[in-house]
Amino acid sequence: MSQETLISQLKEKFPEAFLDITEFVGEKILHLKSQNILLVLTALKSAGYNFLADLTAIDNLTLGGFERFAVSYHLLCHETAERVTVKAYVSEEKPTLPSVESLWKTADWQEREVFDLYGIIFEEHPDLTRIMNPDDYEGYPLRKDYPRLGRKERDDFPVVDRGIQKKKPLE
Amino acid sequence: MNRVTEQPIETDKMVLNFGPQHPSTHGTLRIIMELEGETVTKATPEIGFLHSGFEKLGEDLDFNQYITITDRMNYLSPLCNNVAYALAAEKLMGLKVSKRTEYIRVLMCELSRIADHLLNVGMLAVDLGAMTAFLYGFRLREDIYDLFEIATGTRLTTSYTLVGGLMRDIPDGYDKAVIKVLDDTDEVANEIETLLNKNRIWQDRTKDIGIISKEDAISYGISGPMARASGIDWDIRVNEPPYSSYEDFDYDVAIALNGDVFDRYLVRMEEVRQSIKICRQSLDKMPTGDVSLDPDLGFSLPPKDEVYNSIEGLIYHFEVTMPNRGMTPPVGEAYVPTESPNGELGYYIVSDGTRTPYRVRTRPPSLMNYSIFSKLIEGHMLSDAPAILGSLNVIAGELDR
Repeated sequence: MSQETLISQLKEKFPEAFLDITEFVGEKILHLKSQNILLVLTALKSAGYNFLADLTAIDNLTLGGFERFAVSYHLLCHETAERVTVKAYVSEEKPTLPSVESLWKTADWQEREVFDLYGIIFEEHPDLTRIMNPDDYEGYPLRKDYPRLGRKERDDFPVVDRGIQKKKPLE
Repeated sequence: MNRVTEQPIETDKMVLNFGPQHPSTHGTLRIIMELEGETVTKATPEIGFLHSGFEKLGEDLDFNQYITITDRMNYLSPLCNNVAYALAAEKLMGLKVSKRTEYIRVLMCELSRIADHLLNVGMLAVDLGAMTAFLYGFRLREDIYDLFEIATGTRLTTSYTLVGGLMRDIPDGYDKAVIKVLDDTDEVANEIETLLNKNRIWQDRTKDIGIISKEDAISYGISGPMARASGIDWDIRVNEPPYSSYEDFDYDVAIALNGDVFDRYLVRMEEVRQSIKICRQSLDKMPTGDVSLDPDLGFSLPPKDEVYNSIEGLIYHFEVTMPNRGMTPPVGEAYVPTESPNGELGYYIVSDGTRTPYRVRTRPPSLMNYSIFSKLIEGHMLSDAPAILGSLNVIAGELDR
């Protein structure tokens, strides 16, 4: 089954899940609503897309999109050597979507990473804790409203006082 | 396995901290192991000690500046990272680089693969007590790093590629230096295999240790030599053309079926031999031509010679590098998978049409390869932990980014 027919079949089967289908530099991108993501990915997996190459997220704050966050899944079909990108849109107010750890074990750590850096919550994930940052870290560093430059965050860290007077932070 | 006593000796459960500073972690990894006697019953890896916010940094640097950051990810084969990132950026912008650029990139990637695999096999050997194989591999790795230094100017932080080309062409007579090192590599590969392949201790320590089944390999997202050692016939160089002119070369893909530490070692050694073949072919067939795009297109930097000696070159240089000018990619996104020595190294670039990427994601093979560790070590002895860890080739810089 070619990719085109598979996608049109999926669209027929889950019409309420699809927001849009786009193509850029030869890559098909399926834009989906987040609550239907598990169903569509299960269907894709049984259709041959057996390898979850990558799972990550994008903060659409200034880029624009259907919702604030997009969780993107890069799937690979070993048989036909085709790849497809699936994007699930998650709102800012309720950043939750179902975990795909039951389909691919590799999603375990990758979803933890997305949770750590974006604060997106994956429901029914076995152990959703921070993976890169310390457990008591506050904020989600890869969000666009988290500053790249500036001294605010650094000054918020507790300082080990060794008897040296702390300099006042620059205004 | 022969035990001294038939009756198991009952012991209390013991919790052991393996790392973050341990000679066989080769980086900062921490594993909390629960032991019963010497058998590991549960292992919880903890990562993130080297997390440096590379992906966040990518949103603030322009496309060419970020190449210096990719060096720091997999610091054993930085050229593969450079090439992977350049390929992703070129796919996003729809640029087609010259044939000579692609061939030089292939040559550099394969030399990196040889260096990476030899170091990995050597480290695995030295963790298991075989010092000689490590020394053979490490000495040759220095020779390969010398080759990198000749071409790029540095051993480790190469930053050799640019979007749309290379920083500079390889110097005259480079092929002679490469061929000498390749001849040495042939010998060293033979010597390492003579030392290890039929060594009783080596076989006892590596065979049937840390077996990854085919299904597990797919489920855990394992790629590269580790997946091929588990019988998955998948190599991005062969299966997903076009990929930087790899389709012009004649080589085989090494596959093993058992998926244990020994097979992963065998696959890596065979890949070294195949990489030698590719390197020789790329030198033989090296096309002539430029290694950078026409500066008029506004993507690639003009040669340094022109920048310093002519006003036009200087203007073109500023056109590309100034904050309010620079390259303007289309709005969109591209994911490019490449076959790095560790597995599928992918770069996912989202662009909003400005000179800095909107989002740069690295798909680090080490993260996926390491995530299966706790499953592999369960039920094995504590002394197998360095063997399994060594065969995964976890690079902490890439793991944590």
